[in-house]
Amino acid sequence: MKKLMTLTVNGIKHEVAVEPRRTLLELIREDLGLTGTKKGCGIGDCGACTVLVDEVPTFSCLMLALQADGCKVETIEGLTENGELSKLQEAFVKHGAIQCGYCTPGMIMTSTELLRHNPNPTEHEIRHAISGNLCRCTGYQKIVEAVTACGSETETGEEKS
Amino acid sequence: MSDYRILNTRAPRVDAIDKVTGKAQYTDDLKKPGMLYAAILHSPLAHAKILNIDTSLAEKLPGVRSVVTYKDAGTIPYGVSPARYDETIFCHDRVRYIGDEIAAVAAIDHDTAIEAIRLIKVDFEPLPIVLDGIEAMKDGQPQLHEKYNNNICAKVNWNFGDVNQGRRESHVIRTDRLSSKMQDGAFLEPQSILAEVDSHGNLTMWSSTQAPHYIQRTLAMALKIPLHKVRVIKPAVGGGFGPKASCSTAELAVCLLAMKTGKPVKMTFDREQVFLHSRARHQFFHTMTTGVGKDGTLAFLEHHCVLDGGAYASFGIATVYYAGSLLGGPYRLKNMKYDGYRVVTNKPVCGAQRGHGAVIARALFEVQLDRIAEELGMDPIEIRLKNVMEAGETTCNELFVSSFGMKEALEAVRDSAAWKTKRAQAGKTRRTGKGIGAACGFFVSGAGYSIYRSKTYHATVVIQLDETGGGVTVNSGAADIGQGSDTVLAMIAAEELGLELDDVRVQSGDSKLSVDLGAYSSRTTLMAGWACREAAQDVKSQILAAIGALLHVSPETLDLKEGHLVSLNGDLDFSELRKEYLWEHKGFTDLPDDDKLTFAEASRIAFLELGSIVGTGKYKPPPLGGSFKGATVGTSPAFGCSAQIAEVTVDLETGEINADRITGAHDCGFAINRTQVEGQMQGSMMMGMGEALMEQVIYDEKGKILNKNLAEYKIPTSLDMPQLDSIIIESHEPHGPYGAKEVGEGAIMPVIPSILNAIYDATGVRIEELPVTPERIMEAIRKKKRQDLQD
Repeated sequence: MKKLMTLTVNGIKHEVAVEPRRTLLELIREDLGLTGTKKGCGIGDCGACTVLVDEVPTFSCLMLALQADGCKVETIEGLTENGELSKLQEAFVKHGAIQCGYCTPGMIMTSTELLRHNPNPTEHEIRHAISGNLCRCTGYQKIVEAVTACGSETETGEEKS
Repeated sequence: MSDYRILNTRAPRVDAIDKVTGKAQYTDDLKKPGMLYAAILHSPLAHAKILNIDTSLAEKLPGVRSVVTYKDAGTIPYGVSPARYDETIFCHDRVRYIGDEIAAVAAIDHDTAIEAIRLIKVDFEPLPIVLDGIEAMKDGQPQLHEKYNNNICAKVNWNFGDVNQGRRESHVIRTDRLSSKMQDGAFLEPQSILAEVDSHGNLTMWSSTQAPHYIQRTLAMALKIPLHKVRVIKPAVGGGFGPKASCSTAELAVCLLAMKTGKPVKMTFDREQVFLHSRARHQFFHTMTTGVGKDGTLAFLEHHCVLDGGAYASFGIATVYYAGSLLGGPYRLKNMKYDGYRVVTNKPVCGAQRGHGAVIARALFEVQLDRIAEELGMDPIEIRLKNVMEAGETTCNELFVSSFGMKEALEAVRDSAAWKTKRAQAGKTRRTGKGIGAACGFFVSGAGYSIYRSKTYHATVVIQLDETGGGVTVNSGAADIGQGSDTVLAMIAAEELGLELDDVRVQSGDSKLSVDLGAYSSRTTLMAGWACREAAQDVKSQILAAIGALLHVSPETLDLKEGHLVSLNGDLDFSELRKEYLWEHKGFTDLPDDDKLTFAEASRIAFLELGSIVGTGKYKPPPLGGSFKGATVGTSPAFGCSAQIAEVTVDLETGEINADRITGAHDCGFAINRTQVEGQMQGSMMMGMGEALMEQVIYDEKGKILNKNLAEYKIPTSLDMPQLDSIIIESHEPHGPYGAKEVGEGAIMPVIPSILNAIYDATGVRIEELPVTPERIMEAIRKKKRQDLQD
């Protein structure tokens, strides 16, 4: 039996009827059509499906959609404002922190939350924060560099070399 | 500094913005109206006769649209190498591993498809199984295929030079062993397939594949559809590393279901199915005997190898050849004997994975070199420098290296990682848990021959000038699976045509666009890159010819630069041409008004003169290789090489290994995109480190995988990876576009042995079985302690 629920995704309120066993990932990808969030394993091992639920990085494959009733969800599609990339998205582009791109949305969501709460993370803090997001392409080096570059930006907007 | 405007820079990937915003579409992101969902029935047994398949209950389930077995699919054999076609779409008489495909279903939703699969009843008669590759070769073992005596599906017996003479010249001779476990590709995107048939019987399949061209051929052959009516499109692909290079039952079954139902059909593997389908790294058992002269000069190598490849041949024939042939370099080795055996067992099927066939062989050879150096009292880097080949040399198995920065790479890592200082320190603090190790590697830059015998071009590229003027579209079958080939093609076209990257559109990964053999054997930059340059130059010469004719000047005096057509002989009056352009653009703003002719003007006017302007380019390697059996595998128009130094800390109480730093140098000929070259090197370091220290597919006694998930099949996380330093060496390959050659796979070659050599330096123990887990380290340390006490 479907149940009615309400959640806000990227600032837009949705009222949806979902099966109790439907995951938040399925709701996001299939019902809302936000396919930027990826499914890599379905059992919480890889982190590709990471979204922010009330600002907390969450594996959306492990959360039932109904558990997000009343919550504020942010996905990769919500990071751009008026077509402008976020600083972190720009840093990923510039530093070559992307290869196949399948881990990228989850990696960016996790790092976005890190930078919100810790604007100047150390390399170890970055590595620790993204340790639940597997990447098979990059060796993590350029991802760490991209996040570091965002944290180290000075107030004038110039990056430390 | 380079003379190029776009090439050799750190231009962002052309797909980067789509990938950071979630817009990039992977196959599972695609949806079609009326789409059905497919599921596959996998064998629960590792070896059994199929007595009966009853699909009646599944067919009756509401929502099921089609159930197919071998009765519908036929039993046309297919596989990778035509000489070893040993698979059929579905099993018909027996199953050979847990995961072998028996039937498939299409239904209105995923849940119904899964439920229908559960309702298919199969009667089996279990057969004895064999899981061990070495055992499988012995007499009296269960036989998997009638045509493979003693389960050997391919063997290689090579003898180059005179190994006996080499023995006589040797001062030190050692025999060492190394074996590994089967690996998983562990790409983040599980395989996904969508297929549909139009009203004219044209089949289109979207698939997360590395090789649209080969998949197109296999679909046409196994499903009996004319080749021209099959189109394979590769959307964004979430990594492949080899396992996505061969056609799968899933691809064939989804197409069959689309043909049966007349509806679009989609299927996406769950993670468990990725492990079952596998097609990843083989299990290798290597034994090598190497001899060197007093001064460390290599005298001979005798190499024996058994590859356990699971139930079918897949890429395995090439794998067993590569395992031998790629030891021909990067060192001068006059005498080499190789006996390789590729064996089938009742396990999921292995295929190609980054560094195809050569990774574990390279690991053992580089470890052995270190052991020999130790016996001779030589520095490990010195013994390598003594033996490295130089450009212009040919290996004993007739591989010609036309560019070769091996020496430069070795010296670069030696100096960058402060090898001499650290080795000297290690000499004092030896065996205290800190270690440093070095190794080299060697790899093809594109297979010299296609997988099926043919005179086909390996890559063609068609560049179409926008008829409105202003931009171009690059059409290529090349498969960007994350390595960045679309960006390489865009950069080449932009460089040749004097355009910005944003004015070049790349359409790729589609078998309708051009022939390209796919993303394997590190071939795309060299081959598709070559064709792309030729196509861009073709477009350019047509534009210059048209404008030259109008201005009554020789086209040789004109060029395309920085978005403009320029005269090399001083000022030219473009005003008449501009009038023409302005005349047809009334109402447009931002029209050109300076004295230079823009690319938009030049290309539009060229179109007005000539009609459609299309440039074509093609690439085919020259005839390569010797005349011996199997001489084609290992040939390449160019060879990449690399060196690496690993620094590790091993906890001598627990056996825990931490990589502290990895420094690698790779000769890619010329870096089209410097960021992407580094990315390939760093990704290789990570994959190699995983293979050295943690990755192994584990089976129970019935052939069932015990760790078919990414928690228990461990790959390195961000916390496992150390600082990675990547040094680009550019030796300017004469056979590659702009001097470019491979980096995608060659960079993995030195990773495992440099780590193994560093672990030895840290602990004084050698481990002969990968991965080097803490348990294995502790066992070896305890054994050594006991021995030391006895001595």
